[in-house]
Amino acid sequence: MIAQLTKSFLLVEIIKGMALTLKYMFFMPKVTINYPFEKGPISPRFRGEHALRRYPNGEERCIACKLCEAICPALAITIEAEPREDGSRRTTRYDIDMTKCIYCGLCAEACPVDAIVEGPNFEFATETREELYYNKDRLLANGDRWEAQIASNLMADAPYR
Amino acid sequence: MSELAKIETETQIKPYTMNFGPQHPAAHGVLRLVLEMDGEVVERADPHIGLLHRGTEKLIEYKTYMQAVPYFDRLDYVSPMNQEHAFALATEKLLGVTAPLRAQYIRVLFCELTRILNHILNVTTFALDVGAITPALWGFEEREKGMEFYDRVCGARLHANYFRPGGVSQDLPSGLIDDMWEWTENFPKTLNDLDNLLTENRIFKQRTVDIGVVSKEQALDWGFTGPMIRASGLAWDLRKSQPYDVYDRMEFDIPTSQSGDCYARYLVRMEEMRQSLKIMRQCLKDMPQGPVKVNDYKISAPPRAEMKRSMEALIHHFKLFTEGYHVPAGETYTAVEAPKGEFGVYLVSNGTNRPERCRIRAPGFAHLQGLDFMSKGHLLADTVSIIGSMDIVFGEIDR
Repeated sequence: MIAQLTKSFLLVEIIKGMALTLKYMFFMPKVTINYPFEKGPISPRFRGEHALRRYPNGEERCIACKLCEAICPALAITIEAEPREDGSRRTTRYDIDMTKCIYCGLCAEACPVDAIVEGPNFEFATETREELYYNKDRLLANGDRWEAQIASNLMADAPYR
Repeated sequence: MSELAKIETETQIKPYTMNFGPQHPAAHGVLRLVLEMDGEVVERADPHIGLLHRGTEKLIEYKTYMQAVPYFDRLDYVSPMNQEHAFALATEKLLGVTAPLRAQYIRVLFCELTRILNHILNVTTFALDVGAITPALWGFEEREKGMEFYDRVCGARLHANYFRPGGVSQDLPSGLIDDMWEWTENFPKTLNDLDNLLTENRIFKQRTVDIGVVSKEQALDWGFTGPMIRASGLAWDLRKSQPYDVYDRMEFDIPTSQSGDCYARYLVRMEEMRQSLKIMRQCLKDMPQGPVKVNDYKISAPPRAEMKRSMEALIHHFKLFTEGYHVPAGETYTAVEAPKGEFGVYLVSNGTNRPERCRIRAPGFAHLQGLDFMSKGHLLADTVSIIGSMDIVFGEIDR
């Protein structure tokens, strides 16, 4: 009883808590990062902004099999296809509505030729909705821009797929 | 008696009706509470729900079983993997398959990680609601580490889409087991620090002890589950009472408390985190080698290398990602112990590739019903701590 009274009168638990807080404040290494300049680590499996890839010779990989369109739970992908002049089957339209996309990664999982991938980029915020309706050119440009990292990520993850 | 005094004695003050939320930081999402107040005392609390309704159950009826999995991440968005687990188990029951042992261990491992992440969020924001900012800052550092494990295993920090009917989507990347083991050794330090800050703190205790008391009978009458019922003294845990996956091999205790108030719920959650750590360690130690999804290409996609080589595998791949798989007709109610309580999926299949009906039993829905009797007679500020201790997430309540 007396011990409890003394404890309560001397604010023991408050002082202990403050001491702990001060310890964190002065003697612990900092854990925050200076975001736009420093970034947290992301894994090879990271599912970020979409990209359409090309083969090393510049030919686009996508063969318009429409598996990604079929699996997409959010119905975000629209594809139209017809044979090109040389007879190969290619897309004439490949749109992803990034406002609908839920980043589940099923399109990349479904793609038999690793054409559509979810790349490592997560900084693609825009000021208008319209900018988030990606078309084929935009997706291919993404692919060209991020190809090095996408390829190394796919390589790192290949044993598990 | 003067005229003025007469008016004063005869004037009845009507209960004051007040809106709490939906844009209130302590309402934990989009809860709109209509409170009838007698001065500062709550007479009736009427939760209005539905502001986050997305029609998940109906949407799932139009998706194949594989496409339905991401919807479960978005119900209770702080414990995504547990809910995928419920759906995966329900579908497996209808399909009549069991996931390989390694997949079961991985699932249990990540369910327990999710439980810890959920409880960190709840305990620290609960403390934030009653006036302590520091725990939230420290807790979120650990949460960040946990979400990095999520990222490494499935590529997303929250909406995992990792558990699939028949196993998990990919194996653990190399090195993850060691890093998780290291984390389980370091995390108790943070837990002890939170303990030091909160458990004995008089301000925290004044705001939580004897607030929102739920008796054992009330908890049973209102269908409470999870920490809500365990804080009222009933050791009810689906992981023990009807073990699924490899929970029957795990050794852990069910923490309970007798008083049933907000403080008891806090204590139960703190202890549950320690028990979850224990389970995680057992999983990491006993993790067997082997496949992580059923070896049936009609249900789970063939590995990519084989898909590129074998025509049959390629056909399976195409069938799986367009038509999906047909689940034999039947119905099942499968429940798991999600961090918030019993999360159940009532799945009806009619033999096609889409569920006929997928009813979702969310624990938070039952808990929110109890808000009225729990907050009756308490002050307005106590309603905030009661909501905080109930662990409300609107993704699952509104569905």
